[in-house]
Amino acid sequence: MSAAPETLEFPAPDMSGLGAHYWGALREGRLEFQRCGACGNAWLPPRSECPKCLSPQWKWEAASGKAKLISWVVYHHAYHPWFAKRVPYNVSVVELAEGPRLISNVAGERPLKMDMPLQLSIEREGEWALARFKPV
Amino acid sequence: MRGNVVIAGVGQTAFGKLPGRGTISLNIEACRNALADAGVEKSAVDALLVKPPTSNPEFMYGSTLATAMGLQPRVGGSWDQGGAANISLISFAAMAIEHGQCEIALVTYADNPRTGSRHAYEKAWGDDAAYGWFGVPAGYAMLARRHMEQFGTTSDQLGEIAVAIRNHGAANPNAQLRQPLTLEQYRQSKWVVDPLRRDDCCLVSDGAAAVVLMSARRAKQMGVKKPVPILGFGQGQTSWEVPQRLDLTHTQAEISGATALKMAGLSAKNIDVAQIYDCFTITVLMTLEAYGFAPKGQGGPFVTGGRLAHGGALPTNTSGGLLSETGMPGLQLVLEGVRQMRGEATTQVKGARTCIVSNQGGIMHTHSTLVLGEPS
Repeated sequence: MSAAPETLEFPAPDMSGLGAHYWGALREGRLEFQRCGACGNAWLPPRSECPKCLSPQWKWEAASGKAKLISWVVYHHAYHPWFAKRVPYNVSVVELAEGPRLISNVAGERPLKMDMPLQLSIEREGEWALARFKPV
Repeated sequence: MRGNVVIAGVGQTAFGKLPGRGTISLNIEACRNALADAGVEKSAVDALLVKPPTSNPEFMYGSTLATAMGLQPRVGGSWDQGGAANISLISFAAMAIEHGQCEIALVTYADNPRTGSRHAYEKAWGDDAAYGWFGVPAGYAMLARRHMEQFGTTSDQLGEIAVAIRNHGAANPNAQLRQPLTLEQYRQSKWVVDPLRRDDCCLVSDGAAAVVLMSARRAKQMGVKKPVPILGFGQGQTSWEVPQRLDLTHTQAEISGATALKMAGLSAKNIDVAQIYDCFTITVLMTLEAYGFAPKGQGGPFVTGGRLAHGGALPTNTSGGLLSETGMPGLQLVLEGVRQMRGEATTQVKGARTCIVSNQGGIMHTHSTLVLGEPS
């Protein structure tokens, strides 16, 4: 397993296009998702058309922060040098109360359980802000 | 068109670490062997379909291979569907033959991620790299955890799958990994991405495989020995990324399997031997459920007690699959299905008359199914 880039730089998100708004909002303390103006569907990650009705009419909406745990894994191998000192670390699939799902990290002392309630906890990672979650 | 098209020949290279060999060279060796097995001259081939290599994806790969093989096929090209592509290409070739678009088709695949790049298996999943979301094993681990939480599936049940398949590989002189596995050894196997251990994960391999297809009638005219009829095929594309899937334990493999079995006029209970894409053990368990071998959620209990082992009720991956014959995505499973139907497998299932083969790619994003029958 040797293909990871030889750099200690944080694997930074793409700030071009819709990413600029999404990651910018997180820096300001808001997790935002998109809601379709035509059919009401809500989604993440950011995209230019509603994946349900294909409408380009949508708005950003702030998430309440309430969520539940869909599934999780624990990495014992670092695929990127940035994470070498963090193994073992958690990566989870989280579902917001408003519907959209996203990849996140769920931290905490309590054993994790499918569908357990979670609360958003936006955390700084250098100049970035990440939407992490904690069990309620 | 059930049974109208046959697999007339199969060929492969050595599997494992093949330094100094490019994928074109590996493809040609596998095609040469498949043509010899079928008793077909290269000049008779009028279709060349190839799954692009994961180690070095390139534009117009099908034409590059055709040039190297001195072919100007009627039907040709490549299809990017990840690990499902080989059976999808076989299905497409079968339909093209049935409808007079071509007569004799080569479907081939070569890859060399072991000596070349394995980036495709380890890369970041877009912006989610910020959360540490990298690599193919973690995607399957995410599905496995949900299956465990939802249905009570256990690590030992995944281990039973690895044990059965690794022991089949140990009996295969051409397998890359010939070390058998016990459940006790499995339990000691290190986590890669919990809940998947090293022994839940397939090999990374160099190698190639190819098949020759033609109509059953043509095979009879040409005197092909033991042509293996294609009884059915189907596809189902789950497509959505793992976090966007509303139900992590259901995939479109259900549609794929149902389509193939309906075309074959069979159900899971009529299948004698299975070659199920085993990039990870959980893939086998979920595919067996999707195909109707076990009710949804009951894949865990189904695979225990040696059911997948030689001598069990559903011998599975009888040449060692991706876990031990070669990590090559998919075509080796078709070759073993053909050997089983011909009665020529190393670990032969006595009296086997039907074989189901699954191919799938991504994190169960793509799926394709093939049903083979005994030579007439």
